[in-house]
Amino acid sequence: MRKEPVLNMALLIALLAFPLWAWAADEPFLITLTTRAVIFAIAGVGLNFALGFGGLVSFGHAAFFGLGGYVMGVLAFHAQTYTPVLDWPFVINGTKSMPIVWMVAIALSGALAVAIGALSLRTSGVYFIMITLAFAQMLYYFTISWSTYGGEDGLSIYVRNDFPGLNTMDPIQYYAICYVLLLIVLGLVYAISKSAFGLALGASRQNEDRIQAVGQGPFGLYLTAFAISGAITGLAGVLHADLNRFVSPTMFSWHTSGEIMIFVILGGVGRVFGPVAGAVLFIVLEHTLGGLSEFWHIYLGAMLLGVVLFARGGLIGLIAGREVAHD
Amino acid sequence: MSLLLFIEQTLNGLQFGVMLFLMAAGLTLVFGVMGLINLAHGSLYMVGAFAAAAVAAATGSFLLALVASFVCAAFAGILIEFFIIRRLYDRDHLDQVLATFALILIFSEGTRWVFGSFPLFLDTPEWLSGTVMLPFGIEYSLYRLAIILVGLIVAAGLFWMIARTRVGIRIRAGENDREMIAVLGVNISLLYTFVFALGAALAGLAGALIGAIQSVQVGMGEPVLILAFVVVVIGGIGSISGAFVGAILVGLTDTLGRTMLPVFFGLFLEPSAATSLGASLSSMSIYLLMIGVLLFRPKGLFGGA
Amino acid sequence: MTKPLLDVRGVSKSFGAVQASTDINLDLREGEIHALIGPNGAGKSTLIKQIAGGLRPDSGTVFCDGQDITGLSTAARARLGMGRTFQISSLAMDYSVLQNVVLGALGRRGDIFRFFRPVMKDADLLATANQALEMVGLEDVKNFMTSELSHGQRRQLEVAVALTLSPKVFLMDEPMAGLGADGSRRLMELLGKFKQMAPILLVEHDMDAVFALADRISVLVYGKIIASGSVEDIRGNPIVRSAYLGEEIDA
Repeated sequence: MRKEPVLNMALLIALLAFPLWAWAADEPFLITLTTRAVIFAIAGVGLNFALGFGGLVSFGHAAFFGLGGYVMGVLAFHAQTYTPVLDWPFVINGTKSMPIVWMVAIALSGALAVAIGALSLRTSGVYFIMITLAFAQMLYYFTISWSTYGGEDGLSIYVRNDFPGLNTMDPIQYYAICYVLLLIVLGLVYAISKSAFGLALGASRQNEDRIQAVGQGPFGLYLTAFAISGAITGLAGVLHADLNRFVSPTMFSWHTSGEIMIFVILGGVGRVFGPVAGAVLFIVLEHTLGGLSEFWHIYLGAMLLGVVLFARGGLIGLIAGREVAHD
Repeated sequence: MSLLLFIEQTLNGLQFGVMLFLMAAGLTLVFGVMGLINLAHGSLYMVGAFAAAAVAAATGSFLLALVASFVCAAFAGILIEFFIIRRLYDRDHLDQVLATFALILIFSEGTRWVFGSFPLFLDTPEWLSGTVMLPFGIEYSLYRLAIILVGLIVAAGLFWMIARTRVGIRIRAGENDREMIAVLGVNISLLYTFVFALGAALAGLAGALIGAIQSVQVGMGEPVLILAFVVVVIGGIGSISGAFVGAILVGLTDTLGRTMLPVFFGLFLEPSAATSLGASLSSMSIYLLMIGVLLFRPKGLFGGA
Repeated sequence: MTKPLLDVRGVSKSFGAVQASTDINLDLREGEIHALIGPNGAGKSTLIKQIAGGLRPDSGTVFCDGQDITGLSTAARARLGMGRTFQISSLAMDYSVLQNVVLGALGRRGDIFRFFRPVMKDADLLATANQALEMVGLEDVKNFMTSELSHGQRRQLEVAVALTLSPKVFLMDEPMAGLGADGSRRLMELLGKFKQMAPILLVEHDMDAVFALADRISVLVYGKIIASGSVEDIRGNPIVRSAYLGEEIDA
């Protein structure tokens, strides 16, 4: 039996079993830890769609992560201060309803990705990397100076957003929400990877001459992939801000972009479940190594270096082996 | 805003620019000759600053500290080139970005482990402190003027090296066709190590020079690194002239923007809004500049290959 | 005389001082193999790019089946029916053979922007793909990774993908390059078979293949067509002989 699907299943089961155990054992901190992993996984799945499937090395995905976070922050801020977001030309009120906030964040992140992609995809190689970074940096500096929403100090939200029928402040219930969203996102990405679009995108990544020779220009494929990718990472940003009940410009920093890349590479670029493995590994490392030494980033760096130099396929590649021909 | 202030800020912009050039020169050479994106360049800047601070504290000599920064950064560069960087030349950009990002983590935490989290102090030397009188009655910091001079001398030196020496010819040939120069019997390994170490040394020197007017702390290289990349992209990868022009452009844009934009907005906005809008716009301006350049000249101003 | 399916008229291109193509006139008629030969550096790749897409001529026009394609993108030309194989095999190496061919069929059908149905289970596309694979003789290896194929098989695969596009013309850039005697023979059989489906503009160095397959030959030297005619015409042409004197003829 092929190893990769087994591994993927194992990950999903572990991500279900562990928090349930932690809940039974009354260890809410561990539930929160797993929630962080799942949220990072979603962010990574988003990036992986552009980077792993499309071959687009975006060093600015923090732009979408941060935008998601600030959508949540701004809407919640206005809800908790009972002021409207906009008075003119029409009234927009704040909201603390999760489904609405998610929709808005996904739509705006997707739109931002279309805008950034439309400009950035006219370049390639290192120029593409730099231009995506530049956009994220601009948003970073912009939010630092945007004192209405806390500027550099960030914005605190008193209460977690609402979800109909659930007590979202309860760690295990919030975890359930994030877990289900991860499943949906994974299902979506998996389906797309097997679809006509997925086939064309992958072909374009491997050889642009080839995709053109069958009558499709790469730009449209890349832009679509980038938009979907940004939307997913934006959703992760909302969840992250909601988990911490705090949003700050660091969500836009290039370190954040780098970290999301780390989740993807640690788990295995281009594997649907890669970012899940990578995010889990990252959180495990942060928790165990971080407990041992406050300098644990050295070990993270060394591990990352090791993966890049020697274990190119990431964790999943290491365990499941090379991808075989598809049926 | 007075003319005096404007001239002073222009000089500051030039000073910032030449310092960015020191960073960008190494970055653009490494990318042009070896095709390598090196995010760890900012760490080498930091290494230089820390080396200078440590030596200055131990010996009291600023000049020795500068030499130390140059040498230590070069040495660090040779080390990482030998053990890690050379494995990345054939890899794709993603691998290079990730691997050198990993190096940043290692360098930053390593430095924090050795030196602690508090900034070190590096003072400008006695013989360079104070101000000097320039034409038009402008009083300007002697130290900053010295930085500008050092930067221009280094730039001239680099131009001379690239244009007139054997090494320079090999560098230029290597930028054009990597396989070709290997076939022609040039010791690629040595050339690459040399280019990398040179870039590192310049970064270290920049770190030391700036460390005396800002603080020497972990992570100091990162904002500079990003700007250096912007400079390289604006100027065109592999071009020293591009790096120079780009660096001056970026330095002036950033410094003048910071002072002038709030004033400009103050003309029709209230002071606090003007300051914050001006400040944020000036930080963004560099990126807007880069995006603008790339949209019209996708390979940068001087980029050809 | 029937209208040519590919008509290159007065195409010229220069790069600064270098005149890469000078007033090129070339056409491709139904059912024929028209070979384009010439020494290295003659400007064949520049010309191919102006025909298949990627480079715009300074002057002149390129017609495909009566339609002016001079300003169209490579992808647009492919959609119009220009099948192409590349000098250096351009295939999706991480995909299986079948995936590469299904990709071609998908491009032909045009509905690439579908996100939810598994494309490799699409009966329609699979039928087209399998048919193309049978025509070139690769049906036994359809589940192999493209990277596992031999050089000759990759050439065949490129032809298969081009076939799925129901092309009006084939543009083949040195398909024989790197093939041994066996591979060459097999490919030559295929080309002979397919010229009735769509005429082939064959850019080649391999003179044995050219003289065996071509209905017409045009000779490109320093960006100009110096001669054009039947195999006998070209064989006996003194200008052509002198252009090739001392040159490497076989790749």
